[in-house]
Amino acid sequence: MQYQSQMVAKPYFIAAIGLFVAQILFGLIMGLQYVMGDFLFPEIPFNVARMVHTNLLIVWLLFGFMGASYYLVPEESETELHSPKLALALFWIFLVAGALTIVGYLAVPYATLAKITGNDLLPTMGREFLEQPTITKIGIVIVALGFLFNIAMTVLKGRKTTVNLVLLIGLTGLAVLFLFSFYNPDNLVLDKMFWWWVVHLWVEGVWELILGSILAFVLIKTTGVDREVIEKWLYVIIAMTLITGIIGTGHHYYWIGTPEYWQLLGSVFSAMEPIPFFMMTVFAFNMINRRRREHPNKVAVLWAMGTAVMAFLGAGVWGFIHTLSPVNFYTHGSQITAAHGHMAFYGAYVMIVLTIISYAMPMMRGRAAANSNKSQVMEMWSFWLMTVSMVFITLFLTAAGILQVYLQRMGGDAALSFMVAQEKIALFYWLREGAGVVFLIGLIVYIASFFVGGKERAETA
Amino acid sequence: MSGAFTKSMARNIFYGGSAFFIFIFLALSFDTVRALPERDHRENITPQVALGKKVWEENNCIGCHTLMGEGAYYAPELGNVYNRFGNSKEAIIGFIKSRPVEGNPGRRNMPQFNLSDEELEAVAEFLKWTSEIDDANWPPNIQG
Repeated sequence: MQYQSQMVAKPYFIAAIGLFVAQILFGLIMGLQYVMGDFLFPEIPFNVARMVHTNLLIVWLLFGFMGASYYLVPEESETELHSPKLALALFWIFLVAGALTIVGYLAVPYATLAKITGNDLLPTMGREFLEQPTITKIGIVIVALGFLFNIAMTVLKGRKTTVNLVLLIGLTGLAVLFLFSFYNPDNLVLDKMFWWWVVHLWVEGVWELILGSILAFVLIKTTGVDREVIEKWLYVIIAMTLITGIIGTGHHYYWIGTPEYWQLLGSVFSAMEPIPFFMMTVFAFNMINRRRREHPNKVAVLWAMGTAVMAFLGAGVWGFIHTLSPVNFYTHGSQITAAHGHMAFYGAYVMIVLTIISYAMPMMRGRAAANSNKSQVMEMWSFWLMTVSMVFITLFLTAAGILQVYLQRMGGDAALSFMVAQEKIALFYWLREGAGVVFLIGLIVYIASFFVGGKERAETA
Repeated sequence: MSGAFTKSMARNIFYGGSAFFIFIFLALSFDTVRALPERDHRENITPQVALGKKVWEENNCIGCHTLMGEGAYYAPELGNVYNRFGNSKEAIIGFIKSRPVEGNPGRRNMPQFNLSDEELEAVAEFLKWTSEIDDANWPPNIQG
């Protein structure tokens, strides 16, 4: 670690991992509710568990992105962070606000939460992924602005690199697009149309810039390949991301009341969205093959490769299978969507955050460059347990989705009702729950890897 | 990538390509917003429909159901529930009202939300209005 202020990333990463654990526990609750409908009812109804599951994911990924920024921006800029104190203050504000929101979800009925947080004044609640009380949303904006200010000031006073610049563009886009979460007209069609400006333009737009720059940073550090080469790749990848992904928003505009020309536009452009992910895979493997040094942190390199592969599979391939409008007509809002959502979020965003944690954490914990061999082997086990079980979760949900579409949407007059179809495919939900348990075991192994082999030296290559 | 293709060329593709497609997207969005009144029949968004949307949101219905295919996949699609329930608001109201507080053992359960009569009417009217949006004939059949 070259700059003392990079240390501020550490609490962010610890909080991210803690919230990740809670997210998975709620995922397991929901998975069980899929097959045992009365589990924890009425104490924790499904909608509450889901809200906690998805909101925790978003919040811990944001913690991860912020931690990543605080770690890599000073190093890229070759200067100390503008204000480590501000970073630490914002950490506590964000953590307390996030925790209070989750407690609110669990402690009182959602309608009560809406009432006591003054949703009447500016109604923004009750929309998927944007369930946070308006006051929490305002808090998120304040934290995001303070964070952006801190990062931008650091970039401005130091060396300007492509990695820094792309990261800054991505983070700015993240903050600006979130403002659309405050737009909630009475007209459902308009509401849905601009809701996607937050959701799609985040995960299939600016978040990919953040992902790309973190990946580029880790590859520069671990492979020793010339920065010029890596930054050139980064530009091409993110160019393709935005060239395909912006009009690609159209694949959400097929069936929500928006004009039908989006069916053609959305299909053509979103069908190309796998291209930048494929390039990312080629890029990562190429750079690692051309490495000029053997970095002792092998597990960080494994996470980087894993991100490139799983992001392509989850976001690219699993996105493509249901993105063309004639296919999507049948698959829209089915378990196919859930399958894609799980692997895409894990492959692209969970794994990139775990990559930067894996790279940075050993140094922040006082080691030269990497954890001991024992700790790394354990972390590699967790990599495979979580990644393979996520592949199975995706495959089981895909099978459930294909059957659901066939039974519920294709049988003509013999088509089954939603609930009857759900009972027919329960086996796959049980299998998914099993894979979810393996994922949790992988996560426990991951956390345990932080506590083993602390005294041993890393194997030098 | 070969040496002839330089980093500054890549950078120009990024800035130029992004700016171009952002511009196209904004133009298309503008056109969409102008075309929407034909499809969303907004003249029928009464204060009751608006209240219904708020009731829908403040009870987090989207946390279990899909509405026009978006939301959670735990409970049935509601964009066409008005049609599925025989074009009857009373059937919708009756269903929401009759949910047992403790749920049915072993089954997926919808909570009892204790809505007022005004709220029940409003949410049913909102679902009726939603069912009439021109959504390119989705879903494929009445089962949603």
